[in-house]
Amino acid sequence: MKLLTHNMLTSHVKGVTKGYPLLIKATEVKMNEVEFNPQFVTRMIPKLEWSALVQAAEGLGQRQDLPGELVSDYEKNEDFLKKVHRVLLEVEVIEGCLQCPESGREFPISRGIPNMLLNEDEV
Amino acid sequence: MKLKELESCLQQVDVFDEPKILLEQYPTSPHIAACMLYTIHNTFDDVEGKLVADLGCGCGVLSIGAAMLDAGLCVGFDIDDDALEIFRRNAEEFEISNVDLVQCDLCSLEAETYAKKFDTVIMNPPFGTKHNQGMDMKFLRAALTMAKTAVYSLHKTSTREHIQKKANDWGVKMEVIAGENNTVHPLDLQPKHSNTNCVLSLQN
Repeated sequence: MKLLTHNMLTSHVKGVTKGYPLLIKATEVKMNEVEFNPQFVTRMIPKLEWSALVQAAEGLGQRQDLPGELVSDYEKNEDFLKKVHRVLLEVEVIEGCLQCPESGREFPISRGIPNMLLNEDEV
Repeated sequence: MKLKELESCLQQVDVFDEPKILLEQYPTSPHIAACMLYTIHNTFDDVEGKLVADLGCGCGVLSIGAAMLDAGLCVGFDIDDDALEIFRRNAEEFEISNVDLVQCDLCSLEAETYAKKFDTVIMNPPFGTKHNQGMDMKFLRAALTMAKTAVYSLHKTSTREHIQKKANDWGVKMEVIAGENNTVHPLDLQPKHSNTNCVLSLQN
């Protein structure tokens, strides 16, 4: 699971009103090189929940010096875009789980794939 | 990348050992997948540098094709872990790193989940012929909430009219972009694939 994907995932356990952001509890993380596309990263940034991304990266020890608040004029800042690219697409959680912030329900991540399926009584 | 080249790459993608009938796990043929992606890429420019979702991705032929055409990231969604495991192995063998996978049930998604998060949605949905009538429509509905630009979906020609009616109800624009009788982007189909015979584009 990449952090760009994590940025979009929400817990919908019955009764939960704010199942976002999911807390990552990782037991295995790896780096997987992805070709850098500055236009793509630039387009993704305004669509992100920035604080959730920073929090996720921080929890995995991959924050580097990403700022808590999004900087302006990032379009031309290649150095910044490369850091965001790395965090969004190259950091991969292989094993662990995602925890719903409200219900505490854990969604397992196995071989890099988060399992967001709910049990019948949770729908 | 040329169409022939894409198609021959996609022929290397592994498919189900034992397809699950109830989940309608028929694989998308490399020919159809290549034609579909090539058209989406070349005619509509909705793959390269885009955030793409592949709903009911199965073993990943559409996602892997989208990744080869330089999607920014293609996220495959499926309910079945056996399918996702084959997808994962395929991505590893192709050394493709711009794909990601999520196991979830697209039929129980809430409306606001992933709302407009993706640029493009591609899919070969279940046709709803195995005791799961209306499944194709549920997939289309989910796809339309997730896509900002367009949804590209494979359907049986016989359901085209019904989908057109639904599209009108939902207030979306539908277009046939490839199919048997389409002179611009024909799909030449072998009989065994004849249940998949048109690619529709839907736009909010």
